[in-house]
Amino acid sequence: MKKQLLLGDEAIALGAINAGLSGVYAYPGTPSTEITEFIQNNPEAKARGIHSRWCTNEKTAMEAALGMSYAGKRALVCMKHVGMNVCADAFVNSAITGVNGGLVVLAADDPSMHSSQNEQDSRFYAKFAMVPTFEPSNQQEAYDMMATAFAYSEAIKEPVVMRVVTRLAHSRAAVEVNEAKAENPLNVCTERWVLLPGIARKRYVDLLAKQPDMVQAAETSVYNKTEKGGSKKLGIIACGIAYNYVKEAVGDEANILKISQYPLPVEKVKQLAAENDAIMVVEDGQPVVEEQVAGILGAGYPIKGRLTGDLPRTGELNPDHVAKALGKEAGPVFDDAKNLAGRPPQLCQGCGHRDVYTALNQVLAEYPDYRVFGDIGCYTLGALPPFKALASCVDMGASITMAKGAADAGLFPAVAIIGDSTFTHSGMTGLLDAVNDKSNITVVISDNLTTGMTGGQDSAGTNKFEAICKGLGVEPEHIRVVVPLPKNMPEIIQILKEEIEYNGVSVIIPRRECIQTAARHAREKKAKEAGK
Amino acid sequence: MKKDIILCGVGGQGILSIATVIGEAATIAGINLKQAEVHGMSQRGGDVQSNLRLSTEQIYSDLIPQGGADLIISMEPMESLRYLPYLAKSGTIVTSSKPFINIPNYPDEDALQAELDSLPSVVKLDIESVAKDAGNVRGANMVLLGMAAPFLEILTVDQLRQAITNIFARKGEAVVEANLKAFDMGAVKVDS
Repeated sequence: MKKQLLLGDEAIALGAINAGLSGVYAYPGTPSTEITEFIQNNPEAKARGIHSRWCTNEKTAMEAALGMSYAGKRALVCMKHVGMNVCADAFVNSAITGVNGGLVVLAADDPSMHSSQNEQDSRFYAKFAMVPTFEPSNQQEAYDMMATAFAYSEAIKEPVVMRVVTRLAHSRAAVEVNEAKAENPLNVCTERWVLLPGIARKRYVDLLAKQPDMVQAAETSVYNKTEKGGSKKLGIIACGIAYNYVKEAVGDEANILKISQYPLPVEKVKQLAAENDAIMVVEDGQPVVEEQVAGILGAGYPIKGRLTGDLPRTGELNPDHVAKALGKEAGPVFDDAKNLAGRPPQLCQGCGHRDVYTALNQVLAEYPDYRVFGDIGCYTLGALPPFKALASCVDMGASITMAKGAADAGLFPAVAIIGDSTFTHSGMTGLLDAVNDKSNITVVISDNLTTGMTGGQDSAGTNKFEAICKGLGVEPEHIRVVVPLPKNMPEIIQILKEEIEYNGVSVIIPRRECIQTAARHAREKKAKEAGK
Repeated sequence: MKKDIILCGVGGQGILSIATVIGEAATIAGINLKQAEVHGMSQRGGDVQSNLRLSTEQIYSDLIPQGGADLIISMEPMESLRYLPYLAKSGTIVTSSKPFINIPNYPDEDALQAELDSLPSVVKLDIESVAKDAGNVRGANMVLLGMAAPFLEILTVDQLRQAITNIFARKGEAVVEANLKAFDMGAVKVDS
């Protein structure tokens, strides 16, 4: 056993590698990105040839992983919580097909929306699909659970969800690491996973029949442990990372049921309720367990948590919320400072997106009723001063389709701005809709040759955008490429004017490398030359 | 013994490098560590912080409770004030004195310095000038770490210097020496 200082994400990645992983499939998304990056850069993973190339979106990732599982090998799918929405069709149906090689679906939730549009809780998805969830409380458990999760997935022939939150994903601690296990050999499934209604109905009955065993596994799981040490006034159910905040507040002086494996162990919950006068549910994210516990114990049994206001209804938990809810007196603290201003994130100085917004704002100022529909990426920051350019940012790809819908309703000009990686993730199908409908929209694909917001991962469509747009049916003379630099401003403005005035679908592609990845590439080149 | 530290600054100022060095030093010292970082959108020129917890005992929470930080180490004076409710009443702020102004509504500088000076324990220094004097303009963060060294207590200066050596080794001996020099100059400035 040796100890390594690892981020939660890195512990998950190394745990998967050492559990005999054969492929990771993912689209970058905070706070999950570092898992796949760790596997891409890990010498052992490289030597074994573990598949780790980025996917176009979470749905293609989930399906490819299911294919690898069908062939008998262990596959990991990683995404941020909203990625679960993108892959939901494949994910929910993978519970109906079942799996062959172990399949772990890693969802990194972002309560408090540090880098997200909502704080949906992936434990709902697992419950919806009726598959088990593991939820580690610390980096060591994150590492250890990967081996458990893969083995359990193969034992019950179902995908298994592993849920973490931002605080664990992006927090570092020492982790004891063991030897790597061999990968599964190629062992192609002999069953047919053809979900025609007649077959799917039978498979669904099979899935339902597995539920009592899943609950039983949670009842006896080493990760769901009971601690006794407090008065009988209160029993605490502490889920995942919430366990740490509870321990920080009360140490050993509390009756705690720690939950890190789901479905909820019903008997353990009933026992805690029987031994105490009330229960407090402490969980990061949405009140998934609190609602279930209310159902298990029925009306009349006092339950405290996020729904009752004892803990905040929104945002991530922290040691202060939890200590207060548990009745711990706060010590003296300094008041908030007086000379303080907010410092929101902003587009980098010299970034090409800046030049795109400068040009767009100048051109559109001449129209009384324009709207620019935005999308997910660094360029969402164009919504903030000084640009204040965006009317919307909803989900991956929505810029194009919302512009289309608004144009259908009569809005002019209707402009969409979308990044290169977001376009291939979920924008292409919407562009096809617009082409087929001859919608009067102007689409700006701001191409910085990378997935910038998450730190500069490969972008699936690099060098292919003109061909993709042409292939989808955009008229070649209305596919315009510009280089977003201040010196090119007159040309960019002229082209924008022409294409906004064109009554149909036009695509403008401002293309210049992200200045962060450009600087990194320059450093790498310099280091390489110095090494020669 | 424990030391809870909030590291802060503006995205791109190099606070994660300070965290990495302290993490390595904690590994050398054989003590427990948890370090919550900020990745993603907030790194783009916005405020960033990292919660670093060092202890000889088991550490549960990745986050420091309010009034619990022994030390705030900041690359920027206004940012050092952002986390004031997290500082223990007996805690110390170690900060760069030079504002980084990338917002239109940055507070009045005199009022800001006066508020800092009104706090019980503050150590501030123009770390960029010191780094420049050390011939290492990019080493301001190591000057700051040097300034903070006397307050870390749970880690020795030797462990911190060894950590700098280990962390920067892959960038070559010259980079290691430059960072050690920046660290030493920060430590000297606080002692004198």
